[in-house]
Amino acid sequence: MEALVAMVIGVLTAGGVYLVLRARTFPVVLGLTLLSYAVNLFLFAMGRLVIGAPPVVAETAHAYTDPLPQALVLTAIVIGFGMTAFVIMLALKAYAELGDDHVDGERRP
Amino acid sequence: MLAWVVLTPFLGALLMPLAARLGRLYTAWAAAAVTSLALAALLPLAPAAFGGDTLVQRWPWLSAAGLDLALRLDGLALLFALLILAIGLLVILYARYYLSERDGLGRFYAYLLLFMGAMLGIVLSENLIQLIVFWELTSLASFLLISYWQHRSDARQGARMALTVTGMGGLALLAGVLLLGEIVGSYELTAVLAAGDTIRAHPWYAPMLVLVLLGVFTKSAQFPFHFWLPHAMAAPTPVSAYLHSATMVKAGVFLLARLFPALSGTELWSTLVGGVGLATLLVGATIALFQHDLKGLLAYSTVSHLGLIAALFGIGTPLAAVAGVFHIINHATFKAGLFMAAGIIDHECGTRDMRRINGLWRYMPYTATLAMVAAAAMAGVPLFNGFLSKEMFFAEAVSLATQMRFGWLLPLVVTVAGVFAVAYSVRFIHDVFFNGDPVDLPRTPHEPPRWMKLPVEVLVVLCLLVGIFPATTVQPVLEMAAAAVLQGPPPQFDLALWHGVSPALLMSVAALVGGLMVYAGRRPLYGLAERLGGRWSARQVYDTLVGALFGAAAALTHTIDRSSLQRMLAILFASALALGAAGVLGTPTALDGGRPQLPTDGVSLTAAAGLVAATLAAVWLHRERLTALIVTGAVGLIVSLIFVKFSAPDLALTQLAVEVVTAVLMLLALYFLPQRSPAESTRARRLRDAGLALAAGGGVAWLAYAVLTRPYTTIAGYYLDKSLPEGGGRNVVNVILVDFRGFDTLGEITVLAIAALGIYAMLERLTLAGPQRDMDGRPWNWDLHPVIMASLTRLLLPLALLTSVFIFLRGHNLPGGGFIAGLITAVALIMQYLANGAAWTQERLPPNFHPVIGWGLAIALATGLAAWAFGRPFLTSAFGHLHLPAVGEIELASAMAFDLGVYLVVVGVTLLILVHLGLMHGASHRGEVR
Repeated sequence: MEALVAMVIGVLTAGGVYLVLRARTFPVVLGLTLLSYAVNLFLFAMGRLVIGAPPVVAETAHAYTDPLPQALVLTAIVIGFGMTAFVIMLALKAYAELGDDHVDGERRP
Repeated sequence: MLAWVVLTPFLGALLMPLAARLGRLYTAWAAAAVTSLALAALLPLAPAAFGGDTLVQRWPWLSAAGLDLALRLDGLALLFALLILAIGLLVILYARYYLSERDGLGRFYAYLLLFMGAMLGIVLSENLIQLIVFWELTSLASFLLISYWQHRSDARQGARMALTVTGMGGLALLAGVLLLGEIVGSYELTAVLAAGDTIRAHPWYAPMLVLVLLGVFTKSAQFPFHFWLPHAMAAPTPVSAYLHSATMVKAGVFLLARLFPALSGTELWSTLVGGVGLATLLVGATIALFQHDLKGLLAYSTVSHLGLIAALFGIGTPLAAVAGVFHIINHATFKAGLFMAAGIIDHECGTRDMRRINGLWRYMPYTATLAMVAAAAMAGVPLFNGFLSKEMFFAEAVSLATQMRFGWLLPLVVTVAGVFAVAYSVRFIHDVFFNGDPVDLPRTPHEPPRWMKLPVEVLVVLCLLVGIFPATTVQPVLEMAAAAVLQGPPPQFDLALWHGVSPALLMSVAALVGGLMVYAGRRPLYGLAERLGGRWSARQVYDTLVGALFGAAAALTHTIDRSSLQRMLAILFASALALGAAGVLGTPTALDGGRPQLPTDGVSLTAAAGLVAATLAAVWLHRERLTALIVTGAVGLIVSLIFVKFSAPDLALTQLAVEVVTAVLMLLALYFLPQRSPAESTRARRLRDAGLALAAGGGVAWLAYAVLTRPYTTIAGYYLDKSLPEGGGRNVVNVILVDFRGFDTLGEITVLAIAALGIYAMLERLTLAGPQRDMDGRPWNWDLHPVIMASLTRLLLPLALLTSVFIFLRGHNLPGGGFIAGLITAVALIMQYLANGAAWTQERLPPNFHPVIGWGLAIALATGLAAWAFGRPFLTSAFGHLHLPAVGEIELASAMAFDLGVYLVVVGVTLLILVHLGLMHGASHRGEVR
């Protein structure tokens, strides 16, 4: 299972990096989204993979997974949304002001 | 009490801009009052320090790291504090008359008080790190003061140079002090001063000493760093008077005196401090004679006198240290007086060129007399204070002459420097006040206003008093300061005018006679200086170095940044890969860490396959933007399933809600953007990017696998144990967010609020043209609000809101909480906008969401502040300190209030962004429908 999760993180990273390197703003935003999935999963995985042991204190529970990376990632997801929103608005603004959605704000020959 | 001495000027600096509104006179009075207050705070403490006691006051901060706020008042600190405040007071009075109506007095006095406070901080610091903070503050404050006349390029240049040189020295000093702290094991002066033998025997002594001295030499304008001081005279003259007498350059020699017991007494110390001091003494005195600018002459004379003081501390005997302190006092008095006199002359004549200012005796005999007394003290003429300390210096030089190999050189060098000191002092007096008639001066000089002369009079009287009655005036002060410098009883010394015919007296006489002779033969010397001048100077080296640095920085920037984001990102990823690879290849380790692994099941495999397929599809189809967006959403859903699988219900819920909101947002944005990306990357570019992407993905996967298969220790046990008894909640993730790490969460929702406001600002005045047709040329469907959808969402709204309340309330004990509930509420409301239209929804909802965000932040902050009312640290949850029987309820109230703040911020931010973008939609096609 560990290898599978590592592979998933790797694929997300690769896809994110490739899209971030594109020339138009929209794919770059999509790439950032993929990258933030990868980063969140990676951070989350720092607490190792545990099945069926959520960090909710209960008398019947025999074990808990690490709650700390989860708390970290929860805020990261929300902040990630804020960042995505900001970047896409920046892209809109650039497109409206420059009439072009190239990341450098100009058409390249 | 001691803290007020340091704090008062800083607080006063804040008041100055307000005082400036009342008028110039009040500003000056206010500045003087602030200084007097600081003085009044200091004086009650003075008797103890005078009696030899050391007062240390400490406010613990990060004691484990050696970082406490600690102040210290002993003889040396008291002497300097008195100098700083007393001369500061005179400078404030003087500046009132010196600055013209056009110059803002408020700004001037604010900077000056800032400078004063920083300088007081240096001399009163017990903690060395704290001393460096104030040290850097003086550099910054002097930068502001030197560049006070911002419109003048020489002022800006001089300020920059002073900041660069002293700032670099400050960094070296920081490194030196860190070494010193490591050697001693403490940054407290008391410990450092007591550990002299340990320090000197330590193998780090030499590098530490060099670094500390770099700081001292740059600050005190020692050769070869002296060049910044003459350029700093572009400052208004009151600043120069202050900078050269009691502050800034004196900070360097103060540190020499302060650390004298800890660092001195080695051959390295004598060679470095003594050698550099002597070189500075000679260089400064020689150059001073050839300056035609009045202030230039004085500036180089300061350089020379600072060299003299450094040389005295370099000699290292107790008596030399006493003489060093003595000369600090004397130099402060006569140099402040001389600069003020020079300022008066400049003010009255409109120029400072000594080739034009001649024969002023007839116009201002009174000022001339004052200047003559101060200049005589500078030259070391008997009956004036400079004579006494200079003679002590000569005596020390003679006594050392027999002890060293080239010792005989010492009295010679010292006498030559004395000759030049006399020569430039004579030039200052003779050129300006006699020597024929003025040469076309811009103004006709006359005596300055009464109160402008007063500070000079005070200083000149001091010069005379100390010079004539040293035993009664200055001896007790000197003994007090010397005891503090030496950290022991001061040596026997006898301050008197007449010690009989000694070698020192003969040297004084030789210097006087020689100086007169050099001045008499000045004309050929000027010619020589003209020809040699500017051939090679420290200034040029500085300019070359600075130019090279800027050139290198520009070249480096240009190689990386060619206005192409793609290029820069590729470089970024490639560098990250290279660094990561270097780290891994440097220490090869096994990939698998040996931790027992979980078995893989079919469902997980299927989900992973789906995620990989969706990611590949997003990459493959990225030019078809809508399709790419949809498959990216699918990726996000599978990610939230991964969270479900691995025991993270909170994350799964958050991811799900964010996914919905993000999808709506991206769809709204995509409407305005081109629906397809043109194919413009070359094949080579695509291959390069694919290579980078595969390498990055492979690296991350490798790293993730390596971590996942390794055992680890965690601090999670603490949170799991304390969550219920101390946080009062069973959902540990939520308790961490709102309780244990509540401060982090507060920061995060603040960032979120700022992002939303940023977006709002960007959307304002943005007009976007919506497209008429979709990407295949079909017209958009203008049936905006399908009836079935509208009815359904209206029915669903109460249910959705109920769900969010439920999720919110149970958040402390079961998966849920403010973040998730906020997102659910936002989704529910956005659905109304989408289905029923903005007009319909806005009638029923507040028109803007700034207040929601504001209230959210305010509630979260107020919850944190409430803990203060109970004497607890910020954001302590109510559970911890309200020992009531019904703890559960009370505790819940506190943490839930904070969560409510989080909830409101999330709702407000999400709606602010989406609704404003959505409204733009309405605006963009309203006209086309009708």
